[in-house]
Amino acid sequence: MATKAASPNVANVTAGHRTSSRTIALMIIGLALILVAPFLIYPVFVMKVLCFALFAAAFNLLLGYVGLLSFGHAAFFGGAAYITAHAIKQWGYPPELAILLGTGFAAVMGVVFGYVAIKRQGIYFAMITMALAQMFYFFCLQAPFTGGEDGIQGVPRGKLFGFIDLSNSLNMYYFVAAVFIIGFLFIWRVVHSPFGSILKAIRENEQRAVSLGYRVNRYKLGAFVISAALAGLAGSVKAIVFQLASLTDVGFQMSGEVVLMTLLGGIGTLMGPVVGAVLVVSLENYLATSSLPVPVVIGSIFVICVLLFRRGIVGEFNAWMDRKRG
Amino acid sequence: MTEPLLQVKGLQAWYGESHVLHGVDLQVHRGETVTLLGRNGAGKTTTLKSIMGVLRKRQGEIRLNGKDLMGLPLHQIAYAGLGFVPEERGIFSGLSVHENLMLPPKVADGGFTLDEIYHLFPNLAERRNSQGTKLSGGEQQMLAIARILRTGANILLLDEPTEGLAPVIVQRIGDVIRALKAKGMTILLVEQNFRFARKVADRFYVMEDGHMIDTFTADELEGRMDSLNETLGL
Amino acid sequence: MVTVFGISLPALMGQLLIGLINGSFYAMLSLGLAVIFGMLRVINFAHGAQYMLGAFFAWFLLRYAGIGFWPALVLAPLGVALVGVVIEKVLLSRIYNLDHLYGLLLTFGLALVIEGLFRHWYGTSGQPYSIPSTFQGAFNLGFMILPKYRAFVIVASVIVCLTTWLLIEKTKFGAYLRAATENPTLVQAFGVNVPRLLTLTYAIGAGLAGLAGVLAAPVYQVSPLMGQNIVIIVFAVVVIGGMGSIMGAVVTGYVLGLVEGLTKVFYPEASSTVIFVIMVLVLLVRPAGLFGKE
Repeated sequence: MATKAASPNVANVTAGHRTSSRTIALMIIGLALILVAPFLIYPVFVMKVLCFALFAAAFNLLLGYVGLLSFGHAAFFGGAAYITAHAIKQWGYPPELAILLGTGFAAVMGVVFGYVAIKRQGIYFAMITMALAQMFYFFCLQAPFTGGEDGIQGVPRGKLFGFIDLSNSLNMYYFVAAVFIIGFLFIWRVVHSPFGSILKAIRENEQRAVSLGYRVNRYKLGAFVISAALAGLAGSVKAIVFQLASLTDVGFQMSGEVVLMTLLGGIGTLMGPVVGAVLVVSLENYLATSSLPVPVVIGSIFVICVLLFRRGIVGEFNAWMDRKRG
Repeated sequence: MTEPLLQVKGLQAWYGESHVLHGVDLQVHRGETVTLLGRNGAGKTTTLKSIMGVLRKRQGEIRLNGKDLMGLPLHQIAYAGLGFVPEERGIFSGLSVHENLMLPPKVADGGFTLDEIYHLFPNLAERRNSQGTKLSGGEQQMLAIARILRTGANILLLDEPTEGLAPVIVQRIGDVIRALKAKGMTILLVEQNFRFARKVADRFYVMEDGHMIDTFTADELEGRMDSLNETLGL
Repeated sequence: MVTVFGISLPALMGQLLIGLINGSFYAMLSLGLAVIFGMLRVINFAHGAQYMLGAFFAWFLLRYAGIGFWPALVLAPLGVALVGVVIEKVLLSRIYNLDHLYGLLLTFGLALVIEGLFRHWYGTSGQPYSIPSTFQGAFNLGFMILPKYRAFVIVASVIVCLTTWLLIEKTKFGAYLRAATENPTLVQAFGVNVPRLLTLTYAIGAGLAGLAGVLAAPVYQVSPLMGQNIVIIVFAVVVIGGMGSIMGAVVTGYVLGLVEGLTKVFYPEASSTVIFVIMVLVLLVRPAGLFGKE
């Protein structure tokens, strides 16, 4: 169908299967950058980037590889952040257990939200996820343990596995880096697994996947839960890095932000969400010190991306490389 | 011969990347009924859609009454005098029979009046308040033709009006077309049903693989039956 | 004093009235959303921003030109409709042949820009807009006090919804719209200027949001955030009702407003989430929505 051909999935038709030497090379360069970054740039900034990059990569698993636009991923990110922060601060959990709890919570929430949302497709799916996340936002606004407008502040970072002191910023940094790398490689594995191929088949032509005998809704739900859990992992780690979980993390602007990172970087490309996260986080850091209103700039980028730049930076780069090769 | 009403020269058309018409020439004169023959996929419907402008990826020359239609946006082509009855009939389910009938704007004077139309199609008058798609296939086809008669279009493009209809209904459609001819209407018809086409057409074009391969009048039909049998697989 | 389930009757009626007022706005907004979606296949996230614009335009007219409520009731929606024309012609018309998700993304970005600008200029605190003098005061109905302006809002919203419904179901313009929803190419082949129809439809939808905004100005305050909060609720309303039916969207809007009001009386903690909970229940039982056809 003509409309499908121009869908968000265009970019990944070219990007999906390529595990070429180029990708490997890029990954090695990326790994090296991550390892040396804290000596070059303010570590908290890099940690923020890594958390959001993982968040965006998790979101992209759903949009880029199954074609489902969730406009409510902040619920998983922020929900996990609350659980982790609460578990550490009120229950005295060690960080690894608190993160596990937060991630598990996001996964369970993913099952519930996913089960409801996949009853509808396309635009309705987006609206339903948005409404579900808003419901969760109001819940967090009222629930006593979230601290209302203040959020949960001053979360102690604690000792990882009982002996790695995360209040040391380099320790914290390499822990975040490890989580990011594991999460990213996991997504990469999923995308290139037989499960990932079926997801892509569903994205290309859902009816055909159904007629081939796949229980499409199970695969969609599976992808949704994986995506929600990884978004939760990112949120949990973020809560420890910033020692804070707040309403900002569950608001619809946060859901929009992760959409923007993915769109800007390149929907359906593995590196796109990472690139998008770097750009958006840097931009917000810059705007924080300027007088320009952040939502106006973010909104303008949204509009420009949709009108002129739908493949995103990595998508355009891939297309350019392909043209160069002929 | 006088200047043809519809003049098509070197018409090419594409569906996406695939090139389906390779330089089609055809002419329709005022008051004539011309039928495009050809097998499935020969390019008959594509030719009609390209003339109407519903298919936008096209090249060549299309003139109606000397007026160039090629550069016009779709909604202005109807005002040049073309009336379109698509293959899938295009009856709107959200509209009543009457609303369907009244939908196309008048593009010129001299169209049929509502009374004349309801006289010609009494079934439609009876069911004027039904939902458009609740009609039978034959009635929907009548409605699709009827609604274009009101507009004052001076040439009708009919795409497979008899497709999937029972013989009685086909006969009825034949009567309608003859009535329109008697009124001096010009008709360009795409038809798979050769037996139907030979009863109504004044002239024929034969298409194959996106080319016009032959044209002849109704009088010359007998002499072409052998070659027609071969191209059409009758 | 008369009580119902232990709640005093005036308190119950008061909350029902607030619910009905909210419902009036849900109805008008989901109506516009459904009209736009039906024709353009775009989910207009900027609908909340256009509602906010309507309220602000009325406030501008009063503050900078001394133009009062009644002229503003016409002028402000026209202004918003004009903004809609520009948005459709400059932005939306470029993305019709793309996946519908892009429409949501584009209008989401637009909403951020518009609301961000107003927030930048006017902060988050609301500006008061006083009730027109005709509707100062209240009716005493015996069992409850009914402020005149609130009664007017309810009546006005019913009139607006009915008029829009008549426009779509009973006029030639409406027939074009309904037909173009099914097969825009054929309608255009008949000689109807469909691109202009699209622009007009978006303008009407935006104008409806603007009109709701003007009506809302004296009830709530005129605030840059007023649309942000309501738009997602209206999305839920539209999912519950199903966007196939204009009447469905309207009725669902009023009913959910009432349900919200009732929840405030009996279980206030859930009043901000009840509509979303209903959405979940409806999706589980009837995924196409209450009035959906799919």
